[in-house]
Amino acid sequence: MYTFSNKLRIGSFIAMGLGVIFLAIGFLSAPSTVEEAKAMVAAHDDGHGGGHAEAAETHGEEQGHGTEAAHGEEHDASHDTHLLHQLQNRPWSALYVAAFFFFMIALGVLAFYAVQRAAQAGWSPLLFRVMEGITAYLVPGGIIVFVILLLSTLHMNHMFVWMDAETVAHDELLQGKAGYLNPTFFLIRAAIFLGGWIFYRQYSRKLSLAQDESDDNSNFVKNFRWSAAFLVFYLISESMMSWDWIMSLDPHWFSTLFGWYVFASMFVSGITVIAMVTVYLKSKGYLEQVNDSHVHDLAKFMFGISIFWTYLWFSQFMLIWYADIPEEVTYYIARFQDYKLPFFGMLVMNFVFPLLVLMNSDYKRVNWFVIMTGIVVLLGHYLDIFNMVMPATVGDQWYIGLPEIGGILFFGGLFVFWVFTALTKAPLQPKRNPFIEESRHFHY
Amino acid sequence: MASKVIQALYNDDDVLMHAVKKVRAEHHHIEEVYTPFPVHGLDKAMGLADTRIAITSFLYGCLGLTVAIVMMNYIMIEDWPQDIGGKPSFSYLENMPAFVPIMFELTVFFAAHLMVITFYLRSRMWPFKKAENPDKRTTDDHFLMELGVHDNENELADLLWETGAVEVKVTEKES
Repeated sequence: MYTFSNKLRIGSFIAMGLGVIFLAIGFLSAPSTVEEAKAMVAAHDDGHGGGHAEAAETHGEEQGHGTEAAHGEEHDASHDTHLLHQLQNRPWSALYVAAFFFFMIALGVLAFYAVQRAAQAGWSPLLFRVMEGITAYLVPGGIIVFVILLLSTLHMNHMFVWMDAETVAHDELLQGKAGYLNPTFFLIRAAIFLGGWIFYRQYSRKLSLAQDESDDNSNFVKNFRWSAAFLVFYLISESMMSWDWIMSLDPHWFSTLFGWYVFASMFVSGITVIAMVTVYLKSKGYLEQVNDSHVHDLAKFMFGISIFWTYLWFSQFMLIWYADIPEEVTYYIARFQDYKLPFFGMLVMNFVFPLLVLMNSDYKRVNWFVIMTGIVVLLGHYLDIFNMVMPATVGDQWYIGLPEIGGILFFGGLFVFWVFTALTKAPLQPKRNPFIEESRHFHY
Repeated sequence: MASKVIQALYNDDDVLMHAVKKVRAEHHHIEEVYTPFPVHGLDKAMGLADTRIAITSFLYGCLGLTVAIVMMNYIMIEDWPQDIGGKPSFSYLENMPAFVPIMFELTVFFAAHLMVITFYLRSRMWPFKKAENPDKRTTDDHFLMELGVHDNENELADLLWETGAVEVKVTEKES
């Protein structure tokens, strides 16, 4: 049985506390009137020249204000409100990106776990308890994301422009999509997705624990069937979730492989966290049976899925770049103009770095090496979510400051606290998994 | 020069693996093992050095990537610039995304093909080469272990019989 080390517990509480303070500062310093917003930007612009005006135009169009812009004198006023909304969105977006990122890790691990179960993999059963521990975060993480979405539908923020009835009234495209993109159906879908994922997680965990105590393999077989069924549900619901929760931030824009793209991001982040938690537990003397070959296999997945992520990133980018259709390229123009550093920095962190560092077979077996690579990959995929959300919600008013760091600290702390608490609840090594012998002797 | 070798045949890969470990434990040098299929872990049991083919593969990949970059720059930018889809080919960097699939394909192509050729050459296998295989049965269902004999024929034969060989013979080998 694992005992939660005090140092780690206190660390997670400190992170959560700091996170709450930083987020609170972020929320309190957001402007509440148009004048305040203009003053903030004016002070900021002194140092940056006139870059803002040009960029604001792009965003006006992107966010469905394009039709209003044609009205001449209303133009300036609508830009000012738009700016106010962007600045008000910033703490919300910081909160949302971090909440989604850590939730996504748990969901990615759940998918990986279901794949191992459905494939009846022989190498991984020793790591099942680690994966179950991480997926425990699905419950609080999912509820927090749902609450943020619920508050968005209640107009606490302006992240999702299509939730604003006034905007929809002036926008033909959004009226056409209203049958799907409306607050009620949006929340119903979110509840179904989260309900399905959380149900599978809890039920599979129950069967996994029951298997240890039983004297036949019926629980194992049941788990196998549920996992296969879950994967079907997951692949559809995950794709729709990514349209709803992320792609609809830019309601005029769409990409047909967006679901896969988000999936690749959550899968590689999830596998990275499995590897990091495994190496951490091993370094503390737990998981004695896990050997370097298990870590090697996880690192191979990190390497492979990083390249898969890049493949999808590039496929999405190249088709839009080549076709050059105005409705589509605005998405990338906003990122190229205002998000150069995070956008290209993420490519280096998520592709070039793992490609070069994890290519050598021997390095994948060096535990501290896997941890170091994992940290970079996780930061890179945080940036990936940042790049998906921020251009639509805050436009060129982005900055990685207190609210963003606060979001990472708070949800990171909560994640660590919840996951390691869940790990103490059951023995770290499954007793009666039929493949446990194979997993113990796993040797590549 | 002809050298004297002793050859032991086995009909099971598990028996072979144990035999290899035992012979190595007695500090005899195994010249070669012939098997009808790859036996997992045999290279480690025989104490063979790790293959360096991955390094050549990486270098060939880099070569392929370079060839693709230089080739596309020559074809599409320098030699005959075209305007495809409203994207005139005046600058390599601005047209680069269109060349990425080619870079990827040529990297894989060079790495894969040159690695296979390297593997064949390193294994001394080229067209019209006479097979080195000492016994036809190793292409069917037998495994053959070959050791050099240095005036210890009887001692080796006894050891090999002990490890479960189904046949042991001493022959002259051209090398």
